[in-house]
Amino acid sequence: MTSESQLAIEATGLVKVFGKTRAVDGVDLAVRSGSVYGVLGPNGAGKTTAIRMLATLLRPDAGSARVLGHDIVKEADAVRSAVTLTGQLASVDEDLTGRENLILVGRLLGLKRAQAKSRATELLEAFGLAEAATKLVKNYSGGMRRRLDIAASIVVTPQLMFLDEPTTGLDPRSRNQVWDIIRMLVAGGTTILLCTQYLEEADQLADGIAVIDHGKVIAEGTPGQLKASVGAGALHVRLLDPAQRPEAERLLTRDLGSAFLEADPAALSVQCADADRGAEAVAELTRSGVKIADFSLGQPSLDEVFLALTGHPAEEDPADQADTIEEEQPA
Amino acid sequence: MNTAASNVPTLGADAEAVRKAISSTARPPKASPLSAALSFGWRGMLKVKHVPEQLLDVTITPVMFVLMFTYLFGGAIAGSTAEYLRYILPGILVMSVLFTTVYSGVALNTDLTKGVIDRFRSLPIWRPAPLVGSLIGDSVRYLLAGTVIIVLGVALGYRSDGGVGGVLAALALVVVFAFGLSWVFTTIGMVMRSPNAVMNAGFMGIFPLTFLSNAFVDPETLPAGLEAFVNANPISILINAARGLMEGTPAAGDIGIVLATALALTLVFAPLTVRLYQRA
Repeated sequence: MTSESQLAIEATGLVKVFGKTRAVDGVDLAVRSGSVYGVLGPNGAGKTTAIRMLATLLRPDAGSARVLGHDIVKEADAVRSAVTLTGQLASVDEDLTGRENLILVGRLLGLKRAQAKSRATELLEAFGLAEAATKLVKNYSGGMRRRLDIAASIVVTPQLMFLDEPTTGLDPRSRNQVWDIIRMLVAGGTTILLCTQYLEEADQLADGIAVIDHGKVIAEGTPGQLKASVGAGALHVRLLDPAQRPEAERLLTRDLGSAFLEADPAALSVQCADADRGAEAVAELTRSGVKIADFSLGQPSLDEVFLALTGHPAEEDPADQADTIEEEQPA
Repeated sequence: MNTAASNVPTLGADAEAVRKAISSTARPPKASPLSAALSFGWRGMLKVKHVPEQLLDVTITPVMFVLMFTYLFGGAIAGSTAEYLRYILPGILVMSVLFTTVYSGVALNTDLTKGVIDRFRSLPIWRPAPLVGSLIGDSVRYLLAGTVIIVLGVALGYRSDGGVGGVLAALALVVVFAFGLSWVFTTIGMVMRSPNAVMNAGFMGIFPLTFLSNAFVDPETLPAGLEAFVNANPISILINAARGLMEGTPAAGDIGIVLATALALTLVFAPLTVRLYQRA
């Protein structure tokens, strides 16, 4: 087997222009079969447009891509036969029940009536939707809807799944359920392309990450490499007594490097790449008699990643809104 | 599993069921074009079942017209309510069914704005299946809308010389024309920005066209310019054809024009809708 055939997605120079906006501006991607690849970027970075091209919903204006060995333009039908879409992109039908949605998808994929029904029952039970099976989807909660959406995407086990922001807007419990389902899919051999705005999500699930901004890949690597390049994160400390802040600042600057005073007069933070050193610095504060109200050692947020990589924060860009408008109004 | 860090319960006991559900299904052979289209037709029927008001919306106006025109204007226009009912029922049948066609465009636009269309477009199915299937499903709705008017008419005392056969033939003709016309509204459905806009644009076209026809008054009573317009209106020709069938005096010429118009609308607007759909 050549290394080519082990790539589930191979994109070269993909471009999509909407009016004056270059939504995707020369994206290259190489995603190994059986892996989870994260595409990380703020709203408007061009993630959704890139996925829509790879999933054959949108024709690229330039560049080319092969998905599971098939050209996305010339062999679009072969691509569609092996992939599935979930998330913000492909929704379920609100005016049908959960069960009817799954039966419909099963029938469209070629299952016989009886097979489609039994498959729907199996999925509804597995995803905790059995009781809501005969309710209209418009009455579902966000978490139920997302689970149904994923169920609809695996009525027939896909080789490759495009997941667009699968947990945006979900509560922590629903989010963890969705993550667990994704892990099981990967364990079963499905390749996943995951678009997300959350570094934590990419970190939890992805083997490799590409960071996209203004339609271009601006960084690529494993989650570890990416975080290392960004400087891992920050230690945030809030004191009981604001009067002790100068002392805390001195100690943290000595142990970890220059501390940053936050707007809250009792709070300060410091860049910290290493959890052990962070914990040690907190212990040192306590030993020196500085009273701590709370502290956290966080991964860098998407904002921090962007700041480190691009020098500008991950601002909301009108580009995504622009593409939705363009897409609703085919020229 | 690294979610253990959070104390939030995850799938827990269901994990085994999920694992089994994920691993169990092999890909069947592709659905045939007919089977895919019929599945979409089934989807349309389910919507009528879940949201019957949708059908009510479009039939309530024609039902009101039957009652209002028959009893309010019947005596004045035709000398008796029974006589006038006999004149307007074919017209209102046409009106009721054609109003329903606007909803085909509204439904398509709803799919477009809600994103469900992307799921359909990402499936390995015959590309026009969602459109053709929806219109097959809609044709059943047209049939229902027409039936409501006929049943109401008969209940109010409508009797015709064409008999049951003539009435059914008229209904069939109107549904065939509606199938052709609905492609115009699906095209509008693809280019407008919201379901409401489709509804407004659709009714702005269909409402005056239905009124400026021979549905309610004999065109001979109209000013010359208007009379010429009304006589050329394809909806007048459809109403004439339906009237002929219901009265037992079918006019082959009118029926031919109606069928040709339906075919022409389909040939122009069906490919246009499919093209827009694939690009959306």
